[in-house]
Amino acid sequence: MPFRGSYQGSSFFELLQVDERHLLPDLSAWAKSAGEMVPHGTTVLAFRFGDGVLVAGDRLATAGHSVASRDVVKVFETDPHSVMAISGAAGPCIEMARILSVELEHYEKIEGEQLELEGKANKLSQMIRANLPAAMQGLAVVPLFAGYDTRRKLGRLWKFDITGGRYEEAEFDATGSGGLYARESLKHGWALDLDRTGAIKAAVTALTAAADEDRATGGVDLERSIYPIIKVCTSAGHNDASDDEIAAVYRGILEARAAGGNL
Amino acid sequence: MSMPFYVSPEQVMADKAEFARKGIARGKSIVALEYQGGILMMAENATSLSKVGEIYDRLAFAGVGKFSEFDQLRKVGVRFADTKGYAYSREDVRGKGMANAFSQVIGEVFTREIKPLELEIIVAEVGDDRYEDHKENSLYRIKYDGFISDHPGFCAIGGNVEEVESVLQNDYREGMPAGDAAKLGRKALSAGAERSSELDADSLEVCILDRARTGRKFCRLSTDEVQGMLEA
Repeated sequence: MPFRGSYQGSSFFELLQVDERHLLPDLSAWAKSAGEMVPHGTTVLAFRFGDGVLVAGDRLATAGHSVASRDVVKVFETDPHSVMAISGAAGPCIEMARILSVELEHYEKIEGEQLELEGKANKLSQMIRANLPAAMQGLAVVPLFAGYDTRRKLGRLWKFDITGGRYEEAEFDATGSGGLYARESLKHGWALDLDRTGAIKAAVTALTAAADEDRATGGVDLERSIYPIIKVCTSAGHNDASDDEIAAVYRGILEARAAGGNL
Repeated sequence: MSMPFYVSPEQVMADKAEFARKGIARGKSIVALEYQGGILMMAENATSLSKVGEIYDRLAFAGVGKFSEFDQLRKVGVRFADTKGYAYSREDVRGKGMANAFSQVIGEVFTREIKPLELEIIVAEVGDDRYEDHKENSLYRIKYDGFISDHPGFCAIGGNVEEVESVLQNDYREGMPAGDAAKLGRKALSAGAERSSELDADSLEVCILDRARTGRKFCRLSTDEVQGMLEA
């Protein structure tokens, strides 16, 4: 424990890099095929709307062609006004979300004030860049980061590539194996002036479309009562869509389909 | 060759203690007291530099003496707590372990270095109702030489700590509402400040560890909130 550590700054990630190296194992020595063996998270999406951002993710994790978990969580609150959604190798992804959430809290405690939303996104991009050697071996971390910017009073979202490239999106984005289909769905169902109910509907529809076309995406599982995680982040903080809200939207989709609609 | 003068270890320690005590005596006081809904920490502090700070979900820190020294110690505590909570679980970061770690560092500096740390700190841990063995509050006081003690109910550190403590000893009751605890804290600090009038909300820094919150229980109160508590 770092009671005698040498690191003096205010970043938790750098503290681990300098003084607690054993807590940041180097995964880049893995054989390339290792990527096939570890669970992968599949589809996550995020978009801006009326009073903030919505971030959603299905619950399936796959390893090769097998189901690794049906109820994995891929959307994380990193602090009271930001959310990170992950796709890629589940282990490193979930660890990165954990480190980011400690990072944001750590900075606030050391400095006495919070980072800007852009500062948080930038920190995440540095962490992704540090993971590049492992990403080249198939253990990529490709998150979405979104939140409510309390100073500019609007929702913002960023996507990243494996080199830490950080791109702010004005509308919506989705990543993971079903990301393409989710984006296609959002292209039709999304609008900036959606209200909360409309936003949840667009998200469930997009995840359902992704699950329809991509075998590795979970969608809504009514039989097992496993629902996607949908987090709505506004000036008031986080507010998750309840399972009942999601189930109601999904039943609507099923009814429309049964009536011959092409949803 | 010149021979260094022999100084007995007793004399060295006594000199260091004297030096540290002088440094602390110049400063203002801080009180920490348990109330019905958690722990309240109050410092006489009209500046914007904080003497009370958050360490972890249920842990808070308060320091008197040399600001640069106790603030550095607070940061070391945050690093320790965040690393431990990340490596194990959030519930594994406990007040006793934290207080012991502080005491070790302060004690080591006192023995090894020429200049001891001119500070005194409180580590407060609020109870958590979810777990049977986490329910109790704890208050630990650690002195400039690493001497550690635990204090049920209330605890005071700083310049005129005897005056402050005597007010607390007379008036403290278990299970006080938050407003009463704030008023008692102000009364005790005012006694230590040797003023004819009571301290006003502007010159008080007040933080609470609120038992009812989930997750991070530390909360810094604004001047208006403090004013409200003192007037209620």
